[in-house]
Amino acid sequence: MEDRNTFIVRCGEVALKGLNKPYFERMLVERIKKVLKKFENTEVKRHEGLIFVRTPEDLNSEMVIKEISKVFGVASISPAVETVSDIDEIGNAAVEYMLDIINKRGIKTFKVNAKRADKNFPVKSPEIGRIIGAKVLKGCKVLKVDVHNPECMLFVDVRRDKSYIFEQKISGFGGLPLGTNGKGMVLLSGGIDSPVAAWMMAKRGMLIEAVHFHSYPYTSERAREKVVDLAKLVAGYCGNFKMHIVNLLPIQEMIVQNCPEEETTILVRRFMMKIAEKIALETDCGMLITGENLGQVASQTAEALIVTDESVKMPVMRPLIALDKVDIMDIAKNIGTFETSILPYEDCCTVFLPKHPTTKPKLAKILESEGKIDVDKLIEDAIAIKEVISIYPD
Amino acid sequence: MFVYLDNSATTKQYEEVNESILQMMKFDFGNPSSLHRLGINAEKAVKEARKNIAQSIGANNDEIFFTSCGTESDNMALFGVSEARKRRGNKIIVSEIEHPAVLEPCKKLDKMGFNIQYIGVDTKGFVNINALEEAIDDKTILVSVMHVNNEVGSIQSLDKIKELINNYNKKSGTEILFHTDAVQSYGKLPVQTSYADLITLSGHKIHGPKGIGVLYIKKGINIEPYIYGGMQERGMRSGTENVPAIAGIGKASEICCKSLKTRYNTMTNVKKYLLEGIKNEIPDIKVNSPYENCISSVLNISFLGVRGEVLLHTLENSDIYVSTGSACSSNKKANSHVLRAMGLSDKEIEGAVRFSFSEFNTIEEMDYVLHHLKKGVSQFRKLGSFR
Repeated sequence: MEDRNTFIVRCGEVALKGLNKPYFERMLVERIKKVLKKFENTEVKRHEGLIFVRTPEDLNSEMVIKEISKVFGVASISPAVETVSDIDEIGNAAVEYMLDIINKRGIKTFKVNAKRADKNFPVKSPEIGRIIGAKVLKGCKVLKVDVHNPECMLFVDVRRDKSYIFEQKISGFGGLPLGTNGKGMVLLSGGIDSPVAAWMMAKRGMLIEAVHFHSYPYTSERAREKVVDLAKLVAGYCGNFKMHIVNLLPIQEMIVQNCPEEETTILVRRFMMKIAEKIALETDCGMLITGENLGQVASQTAEALIVTDESVKMPVMRPLIALDKVDIMDIAKNIGTFETSILPYEDCCTVFLPKHPTTKPKLAKILESEGKIDVDKLIEDAIAIKEVISIYPD
Repeated sequence: MFVYLDNSATTKQYEEVNESILQMMKFDFGNPSSLHRLGINAEKAVKEARKNIAQSIGANNDEIFFTSCGTESDNMALFGVSEARKRRGNKIIVSEIEHPAVLEPCKKLDKMGFNIQYIGVDTKGFVNINALEEAIDDKTILVSVMHVNNEVGSIQSLDKIKELINNYNKKSGTEILFHTDAVQSYGKLPVQTSYADLITLSGHKIHGPKGIGVLYIKKGINIEPYIYGGMQERGMRSGTENVPAIAGIGKASEICCKSLKTRYNTMTNVKKYLLEGIKNEIPDIKVNSPYENCISSVLNISFLGVRGEVLLHTLENSDIYVSTGSACSSNKKANSHVLRAMGLSDKEIEGAVRFSFSEFNTIEEMDYVLHHLKKGVSQFRKLGSFR
């Protein structure tokens, strides 16, 4: 045994790709290397359809697993013990491995699940299971076999040069490696939905860039800090990205002073989309991503979405469109953005909120209202004074 | 121009305070409990600070207990007294405009079975003395009323309240205690041991460091500690002393109390100037601070038709720092409980801004503030009128 920690990383959907499989696997290895770069002396290798990660022994395994599990395309991870592929050696390693687990968790029952990936190995899978099981029973007196409900499932994976012993399969998020599916511009607010939308698209391999709208001084610097914090959390999955920060206040002021009150929200939405599209075109993003969700608020009724959608030519991805709010909240909790999202700071959507926003806007009327203000000039001015910041995970 | 008008939130540390803190951190870093010289040097510094604080309010050294902040001192007073005196009664009387450091412990005490009675205030933020008198009964063990309110600056008549309690105690043979949170007044107005049996003080409101508070407990009064350990602060508040911060508050107290009058006069002048300026130049305002019996460090004004928070961020853009009566997001309104208790309407609370002064503020600064205030208010009123 080496004095290194070994982790077996299994690819999810990547494995289904035909001729492109090596490309996807390579991208996946690159991503894992990237997230582990902050730890010194780690090694990531592709081998027989699996990815093996080896880290220094004194590096906290939990931290390594946490980072790898954030990589899209990873189906599961197992911290494993590596041994030479010899039935006696495997048996000895298994006994040592189980003694350690007994020590830590005081388990009483186990079951062996053996697999022979190397069909040239002289012992067949069921036989491996029996031999290892007998060795463990002899070496660990407190243990009994329970084939139905074992406290520990001992996996033995026998391969050509090396074999692996492990018990856990920690699920990853699945999906496809980042960078295998274009780049999208996400409209990131401070709410629950948009970080989830960005995460979902990135999970399918899309690189992201973000635009955030604020209404300073109607919104505070804390609200902006909150969005940066959210973006950093998202960057933990999606890698570093750029965030464009645009002050909407001059546009909101113009709308408030010239257009019907009940149309404020939908008009502002259209401005946001148009500005996002314009920045997207300048930054090689092929589509927009929003956290819109059918029927959630007045600006997300079917009628409102039709009017919003009409404002841009670029395809708009709305990955949350048919989810229930509770489901979105569950994802947000799962990926760790929820707690930050619910911090109570004013965001630009709630500023100038009309008392009774229109839920069934008519495109013709909205276009007429837009005709009262100089849309192009306002957009140009807003973009001219935008800020761009680089987002890195903490 | 940089103008800091949020001195009721916290103050800038005196240079001398910084020096004495640095001295403790760099050189006299020993543990006051250690037997060697380094420990003794630290102990000396704590002793010196304790003496300074004690002298500033006319207390004995052994009546001064260091805590981690004003909030802890308030908690210690409320929980300590109620635990020690629960056999005598279960009623605690506080005002509606106390700091959360008093109100939140009261909520907890309520859950623990104590009977908390809240006394209202008038439209200028003064506690209703008659209601307080009526509330006091044989079941009462503690009354807590702050010296100066942190949001509007009203100075409560502690002498009257103390007299009320003393008279009742004499008449009925009770031993009702009186606690006051003097965090806002200490270092600006005289604070004396005759005001109350227990007094809360804090370091960072008097140009001292954050993370240090004081509870004065009159000799002979036993309260139950609620932090146990190495018996520091004579067992009342265990835990290794925060020596640098203690040295810092000692130094700050020394400076503040030596020049109380001149410092206070500066605040009075700038406040007066700003108030007159606002009254003359900005229409549709409501002065929430009382005109009489108000501390010169606080001025609370509602600018009707403007959201205080928007004004705050606008002023911040010009390097002017104030605070508001409500931290709002339109989903969740976190309005000031003080302004609400004074009977202000939602609109008035929404437009409330608190300016709080220190001796470092100047008339010149007030001109600068007035200029930007005027500009901000008219800009956002114009917009607001469309809503």
